[in-house]
Amino acid sequence: MKEAHPGEARYAKIEQTAERRSTAARAVTYFFLILWAAIVLFPFYWMILTSVKSYGAYNSEYIPKFFTLSPTLQNYVDAFTAVPLARYFVNTIIFTLLTTAIMIVVITLAAFAFSRLDFKGRNAAFVLFLSLMMIPGELVIITNFVTITNLDMRNTFQGLILPSVTSVFYIYLLKENFEQVPDSLYKAAKVDGTSDMKYLLKVLVPISRPTLITVTILKVIECWNSYVWPRLITDDENYFLVSNGIQEIRENGFGRENIPAMMAAVVVISLPLIGLFLIFHKKIMAGVSRGGTKG
Amino acid sequence: MIKWKSRFNNIKGWLYLLPAILFLGFFMVYPLIDVFVYSFEEGYNSASQTYFGTGTYNYSYVLHDPYFLQALKNTFLLVVITVPLSTGIALLISVGLNSIKPLRNLLQTVYFLPYVTNTLAVGLVFMILFKKTAYSDGLVNLLIQWFGGESVDFIDGPYWAKMFVLCLYTIWVVMPFKILILTSALASVNQDYYKAARVDGTSKFRTFMRITLPMISPMLFYLVITGFIGAFKAYSDAVALFGTNLNAAGMNTIVGYVYDMLYGDSGGYPSYASAAAIILFAIVLTITCINLLISRKNVHY
Amino acid sequence: MKVVLRNLTKKFPSRDKKNKTDVVAVSNFDFEIPDGKLIGLLGPSGCGKSTTLNLISGLEKPTEGQVFFGEDDVTNLPPEHRGIGLVFQNYALYPHLTVRQNILFPLENLKGKDKLSKEEMLEKATEAAKLVQIDELMERKPGELSGGQQQRVAIARALVKRPKVLLLDEPLSNLDARLRLQTREEIKRIQKETGITTIFVTHDQEEAMSISDMIVVMKDGMVQQIGRPQEVYDNPANLFVAKFLGTPPVNIFQGQVKDGQLVLGEDAVLPVKGAPDGPVLAGIRPEGFLLRKSGAFRCQLSSVEVMGRDISVVASNKAAMSPMIRAIIGSENLAEVSVDASQVSFDLKPSKVFLFDKRTEERLHFNTK
Repeated sequence: MKEAHPGEARYAKIEQTAERRSTAARAVTYFFLILWAAIVLFPFYWMILTSVKSYGAYNSEYIPKFFTLSPTLQNYVDAFTAVPLARYFVNTIIFTLLTTAIMIVVITLAAFAFSRLDFKGRNAAFVLFLSLMMIPGELVIITNFVTITNLDMRNTFQGLILPSVTSVFYIYLLKENFEQVPDSLYKAAKVDGTSDMKYLLKVLVPISRPTLITVTILKVIECWNSYVWPRLITDDENYFLVSNGIQEIRENGFGRENIPAMMAAVVVISLPLIGLFLIFHKKIMAGVSRGGTKG
Repeated sequence: MIKWKSRFNNIKGWLYLLPAILFLGFFMVYPLIDVFVYSFEEGYNSASQTYFGTGTYNYSYVLHDPYFLQALKNTFLLVVITVPLSTGIALLISVGLNSIKPLRNLLQTVYFLPYVTNTLAVGLVFMILFKKTAYSDGLVNLLIQWFGGESVDFIDGPYWAKMFVLCLYTIWVVMPFKILILTSALASVNQDYYKAARVDGTSKFRTFMRITLPMISPMLFYLVITGFIGAFKAYSDAVALFGTNLNAAGMNTIVGYVYDMLYGDSGGYPSYASAAAIILFAIVLTITCINLLISRKNVHY
Repeated sequence: MKVVLRNLTKKFPSRDKKNKTDVVAVSNFDFEIPDGKLIGLLGPSGCGKSTTLNLISGLEKPTEGQVFFGEDDVTNLPPEHRGIGLVFQNYALYPHLTVRQNILFPLENLKGKDKLSKEEMLEKATEAAKLVQIDELMERKPGELSGGQQQRVAIARALVKRPKVLLLDEPLSNLDARLRLQTREEIKRIQKETGITTIFVTHDQEEAMSISDMIVVMKDGMVQQIGRPQEVYDNPANLFVAKFLGTPPVNIFQGQVKDGQLVLGEDAVLPVKGAPDGPVLAGIRPEGFLLRKSGAFRCQLSSVEVMGRDISVVASNKAAMSPMIRAIIGSENLAEVSVDASQVSFDLKPSKVFLFDKRTEERLHFNTK
């Protein structure tokens, strides 16, 4: 019906090359992406693997094995009995919960004042707040250390918590969020005779729940992993947080060589956040891309 | 009545702000001023809280302290190596990630995992992977030997080896944030640009250079700037790998130097710590300004 | 270059997890687009017209069927080898490049024996810019141009490589009303001057009718009718086409064919020989009404809107599918309606009355004699 056309053969060749090229490109892409995933996951695998190898087995492997046939939970028992890991854990939970809770209250009140209340000096105060965002924590930690020491608050929860219960950035984030709630809602509430506090708690907070949750999660991550300030302010083991605890374990606990027990401790202190991440990964990633910074 | 009401409103506004103002004033504004005061007080004694003069001696002491110079060198090396490398690799990964469909969400989640892990804890895993002990040369060294190389102790060995692990771990830690930012930047580029380029027969490489890169350049510069700032403040990565006595390991960073001056075996010198911290922030500020100037020239829209 | 679509079908996998049946975006599209014509693909959103455009451009591959450019089967050919120009709805101009750089962009991609010297490229770019009359704007960035100017740049960029086929996706939808009129004339002119086979997609029937040599009306992935604009307007193949074309829209009535007469309500309004007896849907174009004191079709007068050249008589009728019907009448007939009358009567122009099968909504033909 149709004669062979000179264009046809040429086109066939182009089609083939294009097909082959895109297949090859895809294969290369997947190779490197999976390679990076392996690099990311390998330390986690290794820490779990090592944590279930017995002390004897681990130390007799000159060439470490990539799996174990006789997993043991003894290391986890050691981690909780030989060093006060449970204490570190509880401390960190108390520290994280209190810090986050107080911060949420403080920033909610401040964000409400900036977004809805009309008072003299509001704009000036806001600009001042914003300029505080540029102050690096490392600069003010020196005086804070001296202050807390002079106030005799070393090795107390107050000393650990108080300096980190405000965040200018989160105030800013929340203020932006509050401002997206239509002004008419506030006016309607005023007409109905609703008090400001009631409006804040019954209207703004529920509407802004997603942002508040994001801020909470980010703050929890930050608290759980904080190392520098607790290290400066605590030298009594009873007030160590997990980061300091793990450093203490590494340098003085178990005897230096009990790597499996150390890894068990590492698994235990990593688990809560990894669990949190697995549940909330969408929220966390969205929150971080909106305003988290690290590195 | 109205006057009274408006005055009440003014007070109310400040009342809502009060907790934030108290905390920020006490733990941020006052310390900021105080740190400058400290840095110029000579011979401050933290026990008696006295000093015997003001001047720039603290700065000169810090700048002549071999530990500080070592920390300065380490920090600069870390910055120069990790910032371009991590940004570059993150860009490649994000481009790859954006070009695939199956597995994409899973990989994206996996890549983000290091962000939520405790730096100190995972640092220990890196340490045992790279460390040579009496029992075993460690996994990495065995791999090197398997490929016919000479094993080396990355944790207690030569400087370059320690620097290598520190850089590697730093990159591992900062990648999640960069990949996340870059993938969302890439995903927000209108697909029509790519379709138009494809219809015009634009090669993949040219599309990347002429369309993708300019489109995401604002985010790229943001990452470079925050990357510089973050890398200059490196500390806990080094602690995780080499322990708290970083000066002895020769792997201290500027921030580590500040803390060591403040507290611990070599601590008790808030004046030196303040001077070192201010020097660090002078450096960071300068570099950030230079970055901003360059980006203003190169980020087009 | 003529473009032939043969049995073209595109199915997308369903996103609905419960219902796994594929979504058919385009179904069995058969059409031969003659060389050098301006074709309008017309239909409501989601009718498959944009997918058809993507299949022609090669950005998407058909599930079944073939696309020919001239005699060559290009069904699986990547878009860059098809020699097409494509203008996007949002123009897709690179915001960081100047107008000149945008227009040069496709030329700079040429490789091997097609590679052009710098001077040749500039010459071609200037030529394309002149054609769309933007040659004074060459150093601006897209962000500094108006919507109409951006549209011209996009067309220049699509034309600079002398494509065999030019494809436009909703070219006028982002422009305001005044610019839209002006730009559509412009597209017609450019198409005439270059003689490039041009296919454009639109949901605006007026736009499609005014400039196309031929229009293709689509609905739910199916071609409803293909023809010259006037032909399609005068002779709609089914109820959908009749309703979709024309402003004000056609008036639809529930009616009966009885003894060779069309009956609307109680009135026998028109002899319709050849149409089968039984219930029908009748469509009457607004210009199909003739105002007569003794007209056969009686309606309740609602209002009279004077529009200068014409008057628009708004009335209601029990048989009508919509609460109001609209008749357009020459203003010389204004005297025939008294504004405070409650009744108005019409005779009908047979050529402006269409009958449709009540169930299939296909056209039923009749003759008046």
